[in-house]
Amino acid sequence: MATILSSILEAHDGEVLAQWLVALKASGGTGGGRIKEGELQTQCRHFLDALRQALATAKNSDGNIQGAAFEDVRELLADVSRSRAAQGFSPTETASFVFSLKQPLFERLRQELGGDTARIVDESWQATQVLDQLGLYTTEIHQKSREDIVARQQAEIAELSTPVVKLWHGILALPLIGTLDSARTQVVMENLLQSIVDQGAEIAIIDITGVPTVDTLVAQHLLKTIAAARLMGADCIVSGIRPQIAQTMVHLGVELNVVSKASLADAFALALQRTGRTVVRSKLAGTLAART
Amino acid sequence: MIVARDDTLVIRNPDDVVRVRQEVRARAVAAGFGLVDQTKIVTAASELARNTLDYGGGGKARIEVVQNGARKGLRLTFEDQGPGIPDVELALKDGYTTGGGLGLGLSGARRLSNEFQIHSVVGEGTRVTIARWK
Ligand SMILES: Nc1ncnc2c1ncn2[C@@H]1O[C@H](COP(=O)(O)OP(=O)(O)OP(=O)(O)O)[C@@H](O)[C@H]1O
Ligand SMILES: [Mg+2]
Repeated sequence: MATILSSILEAHDGEVLAQWLVALKASGGTGGGRIKEGELQTQCRHFLDALRQALATAKNSDGNIQGAAFEDVRELLADVSRSRAAQGFSPTETASFVFSLKQPLFERLRQELGGDTARIVDESWQATQVLDQLGLYTTEIHQKSREDIVARQQAEIAELSTPVVKLWHGILALPLIGTLDSARTQVVMENLLQSIVDQGAEIAIIDITGVPTVDTLVAQHLLKTIAAARLMGADCIVSGIRPQIAQTMVHLGVELNVVSKASLADAFALALQRTGRTVVRSKLAGTLAART
Repeated sequence: MIVARDDTLVIRNPDDVVRVRQEVRARAVAAGFGLVDQTKIVTAASELARNTLDYGGGGKARIEVVQNGARKGLRLTFEDQGPGIPDVELALKDGYTTGGGLGLGLSGARRLSNEFQIHSVVGEGTRVTIARWK
């Protein structure tokens, strides 16, 4: 296809690279210096190599970058795009990796083709087509990577914010924090039930201090969890129902039918008592406290 | 009655229900609602937004900050072009559900509000308007 381009890249690679690097930095393609000079040069050199080979081997002249000839170029760009997305580059900063190559390339074309204006226009058009597609391809991969990052973080948050904590032998606590949308609540419920089985727990304390809204959906999830826990042989205590939530639940007509305590501490004290334990202040600590 | 602010949010997925709650909470705080009143209107909004999504197939939530003399309040309107409710009286009964819920959302929202209106036409859709005053 555009063999003139591949021969330019062959004969003047050093020059094109140098000018490209200048253009790249000027157009903000380094993300404000977030990328190291050496790394940038390597990426650019590899890209020019791959592009030259792709242009030399591509058969058709419609500048389609989806073909086999461009496989290496696409792979390389995908790597560049993914690493920039992870480094927090914007889509524009990422795409300028490709777009900033236009200026040095067109410059070279003009010099090579001298006064043959018709050919300059023709070759520039073909080069533009290829580079535009490659630029769009980087944005596409960039967006995809950002979506992957967000999805991964969401999954991590879902896992992170549903820890089942062992308070004592046979006593578990589940401090719920945040919005209980259905996907996460499913994870919460399964985690708790699994822990009850694994640890042979007798009592599970569900603390809802960190849940901003208790509506009928949240209530239903709680009821189901409580019922399932009961089937596994564990009793639930719900703690952290703030006064305004309690009032609202009454208006909604929701009844949890479990023991509830104002705080996690109160619930823990009850759980200890129910499992035949008492907490006493040691005599020694008592006298020490009395003296100070 | 003066409408001081008027926003409309779309309800298409569960995340939108969360956004409606957050927006209603923000308006309630700005209007000077106390903690109990905030919680009541946010919870009512959550119920109606979820009904709009689950039964109405999605729709819109309109959040108005209103002022009637010295009284400030919030008026919320939930609207969908879903199947409508054949028997509104029945739907407002505690425990009545066609979706495996607790059947407390609609009736609960009415109890949590100072004003409650429902207009539903089978085959056309449902509109529920509630208001809560400070
Ligand atoms: N926007 C709507 N469009 C069509 N039907 C509705 C709509 N809202 C409510 N309904 C009907 O009214 C019934 C009662 O609603 P309600 O919110 O009280 O209970 P629910 O949604 O079934 O359970 P939950 O207690 O979780 O809210 C629903 O099951 C449904 O059949
Ligand atoms: Mg409902």
